[in-house]
Amino acid sequence: MSTRGQTHLWMVQRVTAMILALAVLVHLVTIIGAVRGGLSAAEILGRTHGNGAWFAFYVVFALSAGLHGAIGLRNIAAETIGLRGRGADLAWLAIGLVTAGFGIRAAYGLFA
Amino acid sequence: MAEPASLKVSVWRGGEQGDFARYEVPARANQTVLDVVTHIQRELDPSLAYRFACRVGMCGSCAMTVNGRARWTCRTHVRKVVGADGELELRPLANLPVIRDLAADLTPFFDKWQRAQGRFQPKDATDGAVPEEFAVVPPASKARREADAGIECIGCAVCYASCDVVTWNPDYLGPAALNRAWTLVNDVRDAGHGERLDAVAGDAGCHSCHSTQSCTERCPKNLDPSSAIAGLKRRLFWDTLLGRR
Repeated sequence: MSTRGQTHLWMVQRVTAMILALAVLVHLVTIIGAVRGGLSAAEILGRTHGNGAWFAFYVVFALSAGLHGAIGLRNIAAETIGLRGRGADLAWLAIGLVTAGFGIRAAYGLFA
Repeated sequence: MAEPASLKVSVWRGGEQGDFARYEVPARANQTVLDVVTHIQRELDPSLAYRFACRVGMCGSCAMTVNGRARWTCRTHVRKVVGADGELELRPLANLPVIRDLAADLTPFFDKWQRAQGRFQPKDATDGAVPEEFAVVPPASKARREADAGIECIGCAVCYASCDVVTWNPDYLGPAALNRAWTLVNDVRDAGHGERLDAVAGDAGCHSCHSTQSCTERCPKNLDPSSAIAGLKRRLFWDTLLGRR
């Protein structure tokens, strides 16, 4: 990967970190609110079903978490076991997108 | 601290493979670690290889690993690093090839200054000619203050030997080269910013720095390479985001 590409990865890492700082907080408050508020599954579905803003939030959250995690693991693998190179980069990108995909799929299940 | 009558000095002998040799050196007042090494070489074992030049903290030649920590030996008083047991352990600098005994090979260190474009490229006289006018650089300007903060580097490689990222990634440019690049990026007379920022970006450059700040902690000149590297990251972030590079 070019140094420009590596710079972009670092930027994505920083920006997703900022998003996650906020998103994790919102996510936790949502979970705790739903559980402690005693919402039933039907009530939760009633709020998430067709709620575009809620779905958009979770798409951004899942993408940020997937990319942030994969880029971080890429750095750790390079520094600790020397795993570097194009093949590894593509694998990490795939892992990041698949992780994000799982999150988005789950959110879509509550949205659709 | 109670001062021992004599020092028990373990000195690395050999190249990458080697072992410690033990010497007993008389303890003296105001003795530096370099004094101890010189005593061993002159009085006890003339085959000991080590490097020094100025003896007054200017040249950056005499850095070694003293009791596990990289230091400039000419300005390190023995009483500062030795306990009541008088034990002193000397190794060559870490993260560099060993030539012999206490002399490390600084070639990779200085090669990386070149890779980081750590040389001044005059804007007014790219062909090497003398410019007609002096450049006016207000000393209080922000850029000049950033540059001034990092220009006193003596190239001793203490930061480089102390950097974990260099240990993990031998391609990593290291604190000194990146600090040098940051001083030049802030030099308004310099024309090589674009190339230099490209050279210091990415996994082998500033973006691998973990900001653990061993470089800043151990720099004998009290420079702050960690902040210089943060400056490069900041500059590259905005330049890339705003399409300025």
